[in-house]
Amino acid sequence: MTLGPHADFIIAAYSIAALVIVGLVVWVELDNRAQRRHLKNLHAQGVTRRSGQPT
Amino acid sequence: MAIIDLANPTRFLRFAHRAHPWLMEITAAAFVVGLYLTYGAPDDYQQGATVKIMFIHVPSAWLGMFGWALMSIAALGTLVWRHPLADVAAKAAAPIGAAFTFLCLVTGALWGRPMWGTYWVWDARLTSVLILFLMYLGVIALWRTVEDPSRAARAAAILTLVGAINLPIIKFSVDWWNTLHQPASVIKLGGPSIYPTILIPLLVMALAFTLLFVTLHVAAMGNEILRRRVRALMLMQAQSAPGSGE
Repeated sequence: MTLGPHADFIIAAYSIAALVIVGLVVWVELDNRAQRRHLKNLHAQGVTRRSGQPT
Repeated sequence: MAIIDLANPTRFLRFAHRAHPWLMEITAAAFVVGLYLTYGAPDDYQQGATVKIMFIHVPSAWLGMFGWALMSIAALGTLVWRHPLADVAAKAAAPIGAAFTFLCLVTGALWGRPMWGTYWVWDARLTSVLILFLMYLGVIALWRTVEDPSRAARAAAILTLVGAINLPIIKFSVDWWNTLHQPASVIKLGGPSIYPTILIPLLVMALAFTLLFVTLHVAAMGNEILRRRVRALMLMQAQSAPGSGE
């Protein structure tokens, strides 16, 4: 496969798309870890919901 | 489990936890197939290999609009039924929709430069998509500015529904005005005008992008539910602290 005279534009478009997608996946994963860490810390301090159900 | 059962945040979290690995695997498989078909797709007789940018540009554009449409439906859920999961769905969709709209603008500019001779032109399609991106940023800023989630949700819902006016403008801008951007070639009366060797990779990539959106949205909704639980527990902790008056 040859990308022709405008290969730079095609490669740049796919590279930026990959970066944005990886960025979204990393953001969701890091946010999940942060929220779970907060909840774990609160539970460790004895703060739980009134129902006593684990979150 | 019925769909309505998912309206309960705890049940939704359970569903998200179970569905997430499956969704990730299906999304990855769709991307492998889509990229393979993209690799093998022929060059366009006029545009050459730059047509390959279309396989990421068009799905990004569709999902930028899909994200706002999803937020608009959720906004109705917030304003009419005051359902907290509707707030969660809208808030979680905003950054994802913004990212896809950003991708649409950037890949469009990179496609436009070799084909039109310019990265940007203030025509109706490009400008209305830029407005969509700015509206996404506005909604995200609003969510971050108002501390109380239910108040933020109502304000964001109104802004979202007002902004929904932009969706038909984006879709029909190429018909209503004389634009440098080409008219619709996939979703239009009379069927697609793209040859199947290019249309099929495009549709598979659109499916992969849509699955990615759904996967990220389900995960982000789960995170938002957890964030609200953290907030509720911190408020309880603050209220029960000595000197809080309780």
